Amino acid sequence: MDTMRDRFAPVVSRLLDEDPRVAVVLAEIGAAGFDEAARRHPDRVVNVGIREQLLVGAAAGLALTGLRPVVHTFASFLVERPFEQIKLDLGHQDAGAVLVSAAASFDWPAGGYTHMAPGDVALLDTLDGWTVHVPGHPDEAETLLRQAVAAGDDKVYVRLSLQANGRALPVDGERFRTVREGRSGVVVAVGPMLDAVLAAAEGLDVTVLYATTVRPFDGAALRRAVGAAGADVVLVEPYLAGTSTAAANDALHEVPHRVLGLGVGRRELRRYGQIEEHVAAHGLDARSLRERIGSFLGAGAAVAPA
Amino acid sequence: MTNATDTTYTYADLPGLMGLMTGDEKHGPAATSTLDVLWVLYDRVLRVSPERWDDPERDRFLLSKGHGPMAYYAVLAARGFVPVEWLPGFGSYDSPLGHHPDRTLVPGAEIGSGSLGHGLPIAVGTALGLRAQGLDEPRVWTLVGDAELDEGSNHEAIAFAGPAGLDRLHTVVVDNSSASHQRPGGIAARFEAAGWSALTVDGRDHEALYGAFTAPHPGRPHVVVARVEPKSA
Repeated sequence: MDTMRDRFAPVVSRLLDEDPRVAVVLAEIGAAGFDEAARRHPDRVVNVGIREQLLVGAAAGLALTGLRPVVHTFASFLVERPFEQIKLDLGHQDAGAVLVSAAASFDWPAGGYTHMAPGDVALLDTLDGWTVHVPGHPDEAETLLRQAVAAGDDKVYVRLSLQANGRALPVDGERFRTVREGRSGVVVAVGPMLDAVLAAAEGLDVTVLYATTVRPFDGAALRRAVGAAGADVVLVEPYLAGTSTAAANDALHEVPHRVLGLGVGRRELRRYGQIEEHVAAHGLDARSLRERIGSFLGAGAAVAPA
Repeated sequence: MTNATDTTYTYADLPGLMGLMTGDEKHGPAATSTLDVLWVLYDRVLRVSPERWDDPERDRFLLSKGHGPMAYYAVLAARGFVPVEWLPGFGSYDSPLGHHPDRTLVPGAEIGSGSLGHGLPIAVGTALGLRAQGLDEPRVWTLVGDAELDEGSNHEAIAFAGPAGLDRLHTVVVDNSSASHQRPGGIAARFEAAGWSALTVDGRDHEALYGAFTAPHPGRPHVVVARVEPKSA
């Protein structure tokens, strides 16, 4: 299967052809994918070199002239390094952009902690007005990229990852999707976490919601699910554990509820290796998830073997 | 009723306009390092006016050094962008005029600033955006302070804009020797090393400023280092 990032340059290259407002801003990373598009649109494909403050600042300038900048590099260099530019050059200037990251929380474990960004979504949560898409499959990434670019002058973050589910689901860029229904708890699986969550939920009487757009948080979907399945909620996120716990609490503030936030731990592992090894180390493989979800929900959630 | 467009303000009115913000009637030009640069730009160089505020063909002036914006507000008021009646409220809760400008509140302000080192990178993007839309007339200007150049973000922009040949991009560095660590001639040298056209002039001499602002610089971005009396003097 190709990766979400494999879709990025072809999809955005087509958008460059279709929409004269679209401009791409890069900081070396991913530039080769736009070689052909840059020949067709030399003024709308900009590689600023290894300069991430300029990457975001220049994108803001493009937006202020009326263009729709699509900005891309690894998440650590897109959100963390130039965070003040995101806060001020986009937010405070009231300028829009589509930020598209790669490498996610630990897509390149052998690259070490410098190339890991489990805190990207949590950082954006300190700012107002960001839409955050976390696709779980290359097809979903393609759909959400197109929606992000078409979203007027909105500020949109699209988090691409090598981690992906086996098959794509329809995504609408807004709502959570009910994947299965139960009566003894609700598990919200974000993006690439769905396959592991579904495997973990085998034999548990739980509702599983699939979230690919996490900001704004679809509180209405969570409230509906809780109405039928009870207010024990588990969030399984591919970035920092607990990132959406506050959003879930806010959505459920009128009902007594419990929330368990699972995701990537804060502690620096100082390990290299493979993605699967990091998934397991953070307790996000199906077996660990089963234990943690099962223990949180208690014996009542287990369905008797047929 | 006072309407700014009914009144013609001159350079001589600027101290009085600044005094409306500070309560001090005796502002000489030296009270603010940027006053002469701003006046010459708005009076003779920038093709901007309140009437064409949304015109895509207007020049863009981005005040990067947002500290001490009284001179900026005074010039914007003198040119009819900001009502003079707004000036006495400077910095108050209900005033659009803060101690750092906010582009969403101040008519004529292309960017909000305050945190240093943001204007020049945004100006680079503005120049790129105009070029990409075939808007060949508008020029882009940004004003930075000499100490503001301490911020590394500026150097990302300087190093990119020269090789990129962004000849519509202009930077004016108001140099009041406020950087703690500096070398003589260091400002212009850094821009020149990146391929910019660079001129250094007396930042209080209006004719010298005008000449430097309008000097040709084909194929290269242009910096004017406007030297004024040291901040500590």
